[in-house]
Amino acid sequence: MKFVRDTWLIFENQMRLLLRNPVWVLVGVFQPVMYLLLFAPLLRPALQVSTDAEAYEIFVPGMLVMLAIFGGLFQGFGLIAELRAGVIERSRVTPVSRLALLLGRTLRDVVSLVAQAVIITLLALIFDLRVFLGNLLLAYLMLALIALMTSALSYGVALRVRSEDALAPLMNTVAQPVLLLSGILLPLTYAPGWLQNVAEWNPFSWAVDGTRALFRGDLGAPEVWQGLAITAVLAVLAVVWAAREFARSVR
Amino acid sequence: MIETRGLRKSFTSRRGPTVEAVRGIDLDVAEGEIFGFLGPNGAGKTTTLRMLATLIEPDGGEATIAGADLRRAPGEVRRRIGYVAQGGATWDDSTAVEELVLQARLYGVSRADAHARATRVLDAFQLSEYADRKCRTYSGGQRRRVDIALGIIHEPRLLFLDEPTTGLDPQSRAHMWGEIRRLRDEGMTVFITTHYLEEADALCDRISIMDHGDIVASGTPAALKRSIAGEVVRVSLLPEFVSAAATVLASYKTDSFEDSLRLHVDDGAAAIPDILRLLDAASVPLAGIELHRPSLDDVFLTKTGRSLRESAE
Ligand SMILES: Nc1ncnc2c1ncn2[C@@H]1O[C@H](COP(=O)(O)OP(=O)(O)O)[C@@H](O)[C@H]1O
Ligand SMILES: [Mg+2]
Repeated sequence: MKFVRDTWLIFENQMRLLLRNPVWVLVGVFQPVMYLLLFAPLLRPALQVSTDAEAYEIFVPGMLVMLAIFGGLFQGFGLIAELRAGVIERSRVTPVSRLALLLGRTLRDVVSLVAQAVIITLLALIFDLRVFLGNLLLAYLMLALIALMTSALSYGVALRVRSEDALAPLMNTVAQPVLLLSGILLPLTYAPGWLQNVAEWNPFSWAVDGTRALFRGDLGAPEVWQGLAITAVLAVLAVVWAAREFARSVR
Repeated sequence: MIETRGLRKSFTSRRGPTVEAVRGIDLDVAEGEIFGFLGPNGAGKTTTLRMLATLIEPDGGEATIAGADLRRAPGEVRRRIGYVAQGGATWDDSTAVEELVLQARLYGVSRADAHARATRVLDAFQLSEYADRKCRTYSGGQRRRVDIALGIIHEPRLLFLDEPTTGLDPQSRAHMWGEIRRLRDEGMTVFITTHYLEEADALCDRISIMDHGDIVASGTPAALKRSIAGEVVRVSLLPEFVSAAATVLASYKTDSFEDSLRLHVDDGAAAIPDILRLLDAASVPLAGIELHRPSLDDVFLTKTGRSLRESAE
């Protein structure tokens, strides 16, 4: 009970600060819209599909997963600013639950990612994307789990390294191969065999395949539950690890 | 209110040697006093406070804080203390009211009560008119007052203030001293750290002097100064004459500095004519001479061989 209340308090405060600064909405939506407008039309021939709708069915889920990964991985920067301002230490002398300090923040990241995803989906509808509501909600669940995992991971690393200069290259080194080896931008169907084998080991590759199946309307595809299960397990692991970093007593 | 025995902490970094930040200290802080930790930068003051506030775990030793055992019941310690960090703890984009309400609620206070408390402390710290402004717009002194308001919003019996007046102008500092005395007069025990001699002397009921992780002296400022027998004559010289003067004045107990000597004498008024005569006879030119009664700096100097005033600057 106390834990739920504490999480809500942190979440509420973080949300208020986020909404106070509406620039993020513009940035967070502007870039994906540019992709939708300028990049997706090139895809129809590349993907060898006959309609724009089909191209969007493949491209939009990939882009949403990418946003979830990147959005999450870079949340650590905000935490480093909070560490520097002394806000985290101020919370740590109160009896507040250490897990709540983490979850309140990751929940804000999840909510803002899902809001971003909803806006992008609505815009994609204008471009003839069609998806069942139930499947869409499951896809959002997948995105939420990815954001939960990557933002928790980023917070944990931020608490370890405690400087932007160390965090930036670290997160880039993680993000680049994850992005390239997951078929996020283009499905790996046409990739050489060795690349497909490597991608097998990339959890995000499973998540992308699952999300694409959902957008395709193929709820029964094994990628769906496999993707959800893998991201759920990894999200829990990331949260447990990062919460322990919050509890650990270091400067 | 605080009792520690053999509290210690060292830091090991991957590069560089192990730093013994706190080397086994014993402290006894009584209820209702302003207790001061005086020492130069790097003495281990912040590390000690962070241990007592449950932020870092001691390597060894025992501590009881406001009746709760530091190791066995850190959660209980957190509920009973307030802690204001050296660097402050306000978020630029939040307003003072938002910060205070959040802080109170993290201690379990209800929303309505949190607002009532915020109004009360803002009033007490004369911050009401800025309450709804973002913290980034505050002056240094106002911001420091918000920090302290955050530290007492849950009405702790014991408050830790790490260098509460560092970086403040003299007027804000005097104001802050007033606030701290008021808290003490309301029954709170206040534990402050400082590297200002005047602050330790004027504000604190009792102090411990810390250096290199050890407590080198403890007591009331008056008793510590009394413990230094006699008076000090400070002879200012050009640097090239310091060693010559020290030779001439070898019959006195002398500490040499870059451009001065400190002579420990029983009766300064009697010693000064003699010192002047000796220097004159040896043709050592004098830049200045002054007599002073023992200060806390003399206590520090006697215990450590260094001057706190000079190592602070
Ligand atoms: N997290 C840390 N890691 C390594 N060394 C530290 C850490 N915190 C403090 N120290 C070292 O411990 C010593 C005492 O520091 P501190 O307690 O901050 O002193 P003070 O507050 O009296 O200025 C210093 O030498 C400082 O460099
Ligand atoms: Mg300090």
